[in-house]
Amino acid sequence: MATDTTTFVPPAPRPRRWGDLVFRNLTLVGALTITVLIILVGYQLFKGSHIAIQKFGWHFLFSSTWDPVQEQYGSLPFIYGTFVSSLIALLIAVPLGVGTAIYLTDLAPLWLRQPLASVIEMLAAVPSVIWGLWGIFVLVPWLRVHAYPVLQKTLGFLPIFQGPIYGIGMLTAGIIVAIMILPIVTSVSREVLRSVPNLQREAAYGLGATRWEVTRIAVLSYARRGLFGAAVLGLGRALGETMAVTMVVGNRPEIAKSLFAPGYSLASVIANEFTEATTDMYLSALFELGLVLLGLTIIINAVAYLMINAITSAETRRVA
Amino acid sequence: MNTLFVTCAVLVVSPLAFVLFHLIREGASAVNLDFFIHLPKPVGQTGGGMGNAIAGTFELLAIASLIGVPAGVLGGIFLVEYGSEQFNTWVRFWADVLNGTPSIVWGMVAYGLIVLPMKSFSAYAGGLALGFIMVPLVLRTTEEVLVLVPRSYREAALALGLARWQMIARIVIPTALRGIITGVLLAMARIAGETAPLLFTAFGNNFWSRHLSEPIAALPLQIFAYAISPYDDWHRQAWAGALILVLLILGINTSVRFLSREKSRRI
Repeated sequence: MATDTTTFVPPAPRPRRWGDLVFRNLTLVGALTITVLIILVGYQLFKGSHIAIQKFGWHFLFSSTWDPVQEQYGSLPFIYGTFVSSLIALLIAVPLGVGTAIYLTDLAPLWLRQPLASVIEMLAAVPSVIWGLWGIFVLVPWLRVHAYPVLQKTLGFLPIFQGPIYGIGMLTAGIIVAIMILPIVTSVSREVLRSVPNLQREAAYGLGATRWEVTRIAVLSYARRGLFGAAVLGLGRALGETMAVTMVVGNRPEIAKSLFAPGYSLASVIANEFTEATTDMYLSALFELGLVLLGLTIIINAVAYLMINAITSAETRRVA
Repeated sequence: MNTLFVTCAVLVVSPLAFVLFHLIREGASAVNLDFFIHLPKPVGQTGGGMGNAIAGTFELLAIASLIGVPAGVLGGIFLVEYGSEQFNTWVRFWADVLNGTPSIVWGMVAYGLIVLPMKSFSAYAGGLALGFIMVPLVLRTTEEVLVLVPRSYREAALALGLARWQMIARIVIPTALRGIITGVLLAMARIAGETAPLLFTAFGNNFWSRHLSEPIAALPLQIFAYAISPYDDWHRQAWAGALILVLLILGINTSVRFLSREKSRRI
């Protein structure tokens, strides 16, 4: 070491530290925007709704009177409408979406997989208002004339399929929302199914299982939790669907037994009445509906995120 | 068993086919040059167009991008280049939760922030509401793209004596630029069709708006207003507007995907 003629010169302390500091903090501001947005949305909705919260308290959630003239506001019909239309949507979209995802990952010929997935992405890109337009002029008349009478004839003994048929109503809203959440349910299910290790499939084949048995036993049971997460994510999207629901649900604040009857949802009452809110209390009640909607979707999205991430990232970790 | 799954796939895809079929059948006849350059006509007069609504949609997209693009891109850069594991998990979680919140809620936020204090519906408010929706979308796609830039590029840049921020600005971002732009365009395509957040922010307008502090028309708003109206003429206009909007959105979507696929084939 001592004989070394060339001595090592340590690099000078990095110049341009200012640049780094400025750039880092600039990007940090960008990342913190997310936190700011969360606080902002919570604050604005609380601020907007505080006089309604003060006046009605918890009663707001359980009362079914919505009477702007008498200044009486309760959100129950809207919460009911939101949940019922979303559940109908899930009943339709989850089996179809998961079925399509299975087809895409395990059964479809290879050349078909990518184009089919792209078409489903295009389905997701069609805006809500266009589904609403199509709903009003194409789907509603068809359901009223062809589908619903048949449904009533065959299943009319159930109270949910009784009563007059308008075409618009809860069931129609559920069908439209189902179409709109299909892409996300399908693509997330597909991601979940892809994260099932091939070893799992090969083992089942090795035991002599048929193709369907492999899917059922090795793939589906393995991916159960993630698929449930996909359904929950779909529910989150369904709850917040606004325009298409507003256009076909019928906009009547009632809790009806029949699914053919018109109803109302949280998002659509806000969309319809916000600009008509003439008094402070009316506006405040609408803000409170927004707060309820925000709370519901945040909780449901958080649950879905945790369920889906638990399965997809656990798999990548195990493989890595 | 296979037929069951094929049926599922067909049922999932068929609404798209139906909606495109009806859009073309009902809308194509009302689309002509007038439709792009004229104002809406009052009830009873045929003709007229959605020129102001088309222009309004682009103006709103521009305002939204001014907010959504810088915040989203910079945030994405922070997550990949500086963020700690814990911080990133937190931001990613909330960004995904925000992506799932109903868009109408952001209209209410913009209403409280801008419409109430300024006592007027405005393009600013509409653009802001759309910008809010854009931030988490752009942030997540930017992050996903930046992660793909090979580690060796960064190491090489640092070894050449570039400061960290120069490494990011001169090497990482240019390498990932195409992907970032793809993400931004997809986010714009997504918000171009948003209606709910504009109902009580941009509000709509039957004339050319001269100032951004005035109410402004937007294509989705106009489609909605015409669709729920009782007039056949307006219904035709709604279909035509819907056709244009869908062509715009699907056009951005497919061309962007085509571009990004070209890229990945080359690497």
